[in-house]
Amino acid sequence: MESVKRVVLDVLKPHQPDALEFSKAIAEVGSDYHVTLTVVEVDKNTETLQVEIVGSAIDFEAVQAAIATLGGALHSIDEVEVQSENDTG
Amino acid sequence: MIVLDQVKFLLRITRTRDIVRRYFVVNGFDGALTMLGLIVGFLISASENLSIMINACLGAAIALGMSGMSSAYMSEAAERKRALDKLEEAMVSDLQESSHGKAAHWVPLLVALVNGSSPLLISLLILTPLWLANAGIELPLSPLHLAIIVALLLIFLLGVFLGRIAGISWLRSGIQTLLVALVTVLLIYLIEGD
Repeated sequence: MESVKRVVLDVLKPHQPDALEFSKAIAEVGSDYHVTLTVVEVDKNTETLQVEIVGSAIDFEAVQAAIATLGGALHSIDEVEVQSENDTG
Repeated sequence: MIVLDQVKFLLRITRTRDIVRRYFVVNGFDGALTMLGLIVGFLISASENLSIMINACLGAAIALGMSGMSSAYMSEAAERKRALDKLEEAMVSDLQESSHGKAAHWVPLLVALVNGSSPLLISLLILTPLWLANAGIELPLSPLHLAIIVALLLIFLLGVFLGRIAGISWLRSGIQTLLVALVTVLLIYLIEGD
């Protein structure tokens, strides 16, 4: 069984909810998620974000659902770190 | 508590918190002044029948409530739909299932509820002395005079609330709204009184 340890996502979101509320809502999806959000670009109605999530086992579908609930759109998965069960590294 | 947080969240993302506040004050003020006008009118006409006065005021209060509710719902639903359409266009995605979609559905209802209940509740408070007198409860003043005092007090409090929002002197703001009410009473006396 593999677990996702880290993902970096390219996300487009409306101005509201703001970056703080957006990252908090994503962090709430898991019990040990560490979220780093960077606003890459600000447009008239939208913001492009780089969202980095680090956790022991990231539930990607739940993260994606949280982003959609907040009105965001996942554009791409830019970086991923996955660990298999026997991987001790 | 969760429902309240959800409501606050929807108001925040749609930036309608100040609109709700404004509707509450504006329509509450409408309700208070309408009741004040009716009661002063009854006072001038030296009407004695409390049931007729209560029914007339209650009818006006219900009409104000319904008018506030329906007008706010229709205008706010149109505004929220327009905002959602613009956002969907910018996001190039369907936001119906998102918080923004939920907000477009619930915020107009919430705004309508505030806009309708504000004049209704304020009117009912102003009518309290009339009800008490009608129920046979002894009052220190005549019910119409007491109702006018309640109306002036509520109008003053609405002014205080406005002053606190604006960050200006609450006393000055309260007196300003009170002056509007007193001018209204004066006008009624000038036009209706003989």
